[in-house]
Amino acid sequence: MSASEPLHRQLGLTDDELETIRSTLGRDPNRDELAMYGVMWSEHCSYKSSKVHLRNLPTEGPSVLVGPGQDAGAVDVGDGTAVVFKLESHSHPSAVEPYQGAATGVGGIVRDVISMGARPIALLDPLRFGPLADERNRWLFEGVVAGIGGYGNCIGVPTVGGEVQFADAHTANPTINVMCVGVAPADRLVTADREVHEGSLLVLFGAATGRDGIGGVSVLASSTLGEGAEERRPSVQIGDPFAGKLLIEASLDLVDRDLLEGLQDLGGAGITCAVSESASRAGLGAELDLDAVPLREPDLEAFEILTSESQERMLAIAHPERLGEVRAVCERWGLATAVIGRLVPGGGIRVRFAADTVADVPARSLADDGPVYTRPMAPPADVEDAIGDDPTFATVTTPPDEAFLAVLGSPNVASKRWVWEQYDSIVQGGTVLSPGADAALVRIEGTLKALALSTDGKGRFGALDPYLGAAHAVAEAARNVACTGATPLAITNCLNFGNPERPEVMWQFAQSVRGIADACRAFETPVTGGNVSFYNESGSSAIWPTPVIGMLGLIEDYRLAVRSGFTGNGSWIYLLGETFAELGGSEFAEVVLGSVGGRPPALDLERELRLHRLLIVASRSDLLESAHDCAEGGIAIALAESAIAGGSGFAATLPGDQPGHVGMFSESASRAVVSVAPERATELEDAAAEAGVPFARLGETGGPGVVFDGLFETTVAEIAAVYEDAIPKLLAG
Amino acid sequence: MSDTGRPRIGVVTFPGSLDDRDALRAVRFMGGEGVALWHVDHDLRGVDAVILPGGFSYGDYLRCGAIARFAPIMDEVRGFAEAGGAVVGICNGFQILCEAGLLPGALIRNRQLRFVCRWVDVRVETSVSPLSAGLVAGEVLRVPVKHGEGQFVASAADLDRIERDGLVVFRYCSPDGAIGEPHTPNGASNAIAGLCNDAGNVVGLMPHPEHAVDPDVGATGGQPMFASLLSSALAHVSA
Repeated sequence: MSASEPLHRQLGLTDDELETIRSTLGRDPNRDELAMYGVMWSEHCSYKSSKVHLRNLPTEGPSVLVGPGQDAGAVDVGDGTAVVFKLESHSHPSAVEPYQGAATGVGGIVRDVISMGARPIALLDPLRFGPLADERNRWLFEGVVAGIGGYGNCIGVPTVGGEVQFADAHTANPTINVMCVGVAPADRLVTADREVHEGSLLVLFGAATGRDGIGGVSVLASSTLGEGAEERRPSVQIGDPFAGKLLIEASLDLVDRDLLEGLQDLGGAGITCAVSESASRAGLGAELDLDAVPLREPDLEAFEILTSESQERMLAIAHPERLGEVRAVCERWGLATAVIGRLVPGGGIRVRFAADTVADVPARSLADDGPVYTRPMAPPADVEDAIGDDPTFATVTTPPDEAFLAVLGSPNVASKRWVWEQYDSIVQGGTVLSPGADAALVRIEGTLKALALSTDGKGRFGALDPYLGAAHAVAEAARNVACTGATPLAITNCLNFGNPERPEVMWQFAQSVRGIADACRAFETPVTGGNVSFYNESGSSAIWPTPVIGMLGLIEDYRLAVRSGFTGNGSWIYLLGETFAELGGSEFAEVVLGSVGGRPPALDLERELRLHRLLIVASRSDLLESAHDCAEGGIAIALAESAIAGGSGFAATLPGDQPGHVGMFSESASRAVVSVAPERATELEDAAAEAGVPFARLGETGGPGVVFDGLFETTVAEIAAVYEDAIPKLLAG
Repeated sequence: MSDTGRPRIGVVTFPGSLDDRDALRAVRFMGGEGVALWHVDHDLRGVDAVILPGGFSYGDYLRCGAIARFAPIMDEVRGFAEAGGAVVGICNGFQILCEAGLLPGALIRNRQLRFVCRWVDVRVETSVSPLSAGLVAGEVLRVPVKHGEGQFVASAADLDRIERDGLVVFRYCSPDGAIGEPHTPNGASNAIAGLCNDAGNVVGLMPHPEHAVDPDVGATGGQPMFASLLSSALAHVSA
């Protein structure tokens, strides 16, 4: 991008897109109009490269109240309660300014949820960084975690889960996603179905508008970061969590009092997006008066006011008769209000500024009629080589105990306590299972129900086979939820990819969407929405194709929730599911053999579903002492984590006749490690047989020892130290 | 006291208060009547005790609690405290009480310079305070902390006086009551987690007893603290 380029290109619009705008308007767009199109037709806002693929996702189900296309999806969980949830990326801003980038990511997703009229009750943060050996990666990691805490802790929404992974592919481009979950009475959701009237007022409330985040969606989120990324810092917004907290309370107060026809958050593309989407949805147009917008500094130009991404602002649509009450509610919470326009017939957005009409464009054209691309696709040339080099068949000389401690202490596996102790996970008083559990459980106030929440992405698997990687991510998220005893209901997702203009990236994207679609169909967990984050690459370095799944599940009685820790002496440990020789893309292969290669484990979706059903049935009959998903690091790590979480040792024999390292570290899908009181073991075996889930007794819990029969033994204290100290040690440099 | 005979416990909501609903819920859970109070009101609505809850009042962009101490309702809280009423400051509420001069010392950034959310143990040091009236010194209670600025500090002279006069109510400790640096989540002087004023009716603490009453979501070390508060509030009424 250089100053000598024509304006439309500087704003991220192609020559063809400019032609489309010309023919829509029947004239040349002016500068302000181009700026509006630039942000609304950006990849971030228009989904122009992803739309044709996203159409293949299953989005309907009996419990879906609101599917994709609105601020956040919504699911009916019974008792007249709706759950609103969405996952979003803030990777680009975080790569430039980690604290504010992550903080405003939290603020943005929270506003998506409140704009549906729901109270935010949980946050989860799936994060991916380059290795911590690198100083800049440590700076990014520490800044992002502090930023998430700095915002989330200050608005009173508990951060209950997420994940943290490390890979070279995320050194140049960390992947920062954040999920927010809210609840609302189902009949009070603020959806697009609300009746909106001509003459209704557009009331902006919250913070004043400044120069921060001008063109954030087009400049940062819709192009690759290269040289001069620092110069883009002005495109990163600055968060004010105190104002964010007031916005939550004021917005919900407005909804509770039934004062609104619509409520829209101002995030990417600012006022332009909020107004054009609101008007287009209502089949109306709008008159917009930029002189009425409260400014933080006096001399903003029209295009800056139109596209500013200043944080902590919301747009209410209210009947003129309600204006006084709307103002009173905002005033109670110390928030400024401004009537910046009204809805009018005709479908045009007419913008006035300093006594001039500065823009006049159709709302629909901005919000809904953006370009749609079917971009070329091609599998990457080197993918077959990587798959062919399968570590499953490598000669392994590392002794099993050394390999075990290396995998347990690898940052991907090791305890993330350093991270989640910086998050308030208990405010609001509903957190039944908190970070570190397979899935977080947050109860619904006044009931025995709890929401089970998990986020999962499978970086290496996706790099080797994007279809399988995506399907595995859905399977693991559902399995995590099922391990607590909850039933998976629906997903949201954040699809993190490189540059869609490269056929390899587009191929990865299409494969991933297909993987999500197949898995979601099999599990009957529809996709209620999500976010696509492209252009996560710099120079020659692109991130792995990383679809992250945010799974929502429901448990009817949280008192029956199953935890991951071993509970006491003498429980019998079982493996549910079957282990195959599958080390392709495994943690063991990367940590011990230095290989990211081979074919990821096979995934039989029916087999996976049978395991989920068994876990849910077992929870309902209070059968299990513990249950833990078996994933990164295989059975060995699942056993170790259950031992550390429960403070109880175990003695186990690995089933089958595979070589020791295969039995310990294979990452075959559809498995869980559970424990059961001996007197109920037969009941468990019968239930597994009936569910069609293979099982094998591994051993017994108890004592201070960690014993892998025939391989090695150690102690819980020793492995806990390795597990807990790994990340603090790396951060000490 | 309410018509039902239950003590009425007021919880002040400042803009930016976060654990106000949680404190009200804990009061109800323990059998009291929770009364919501609003920062700009000059009215305590006849409550028998006042809680200043956790959160980030007014954003706490200045020193924590530095702005909240000027809130209109703080005039009433001060008067109530001077008349001997039970006032409890939890986390941000503790910070506000220190800023308001109702408690000695100050809360500064945690020694490790990071926010910390974790379950800790605290040892009861005195039964003179609304939160410990029914407790025995030496008892250990499990409660969570969650704060970025919870390191209690005071001048050497103040610290000396605090200890000499027995104003320390709770100290961070190990599960068996031992005091030491590894058990103190924020580097607080003398492992002080909570303390009271000379009269013993105003108490502040960094841990969150309101998040430790319901066994469905964790340990219950906050139950005896709230039980003490409810009985202290009743005593205030009958006094």
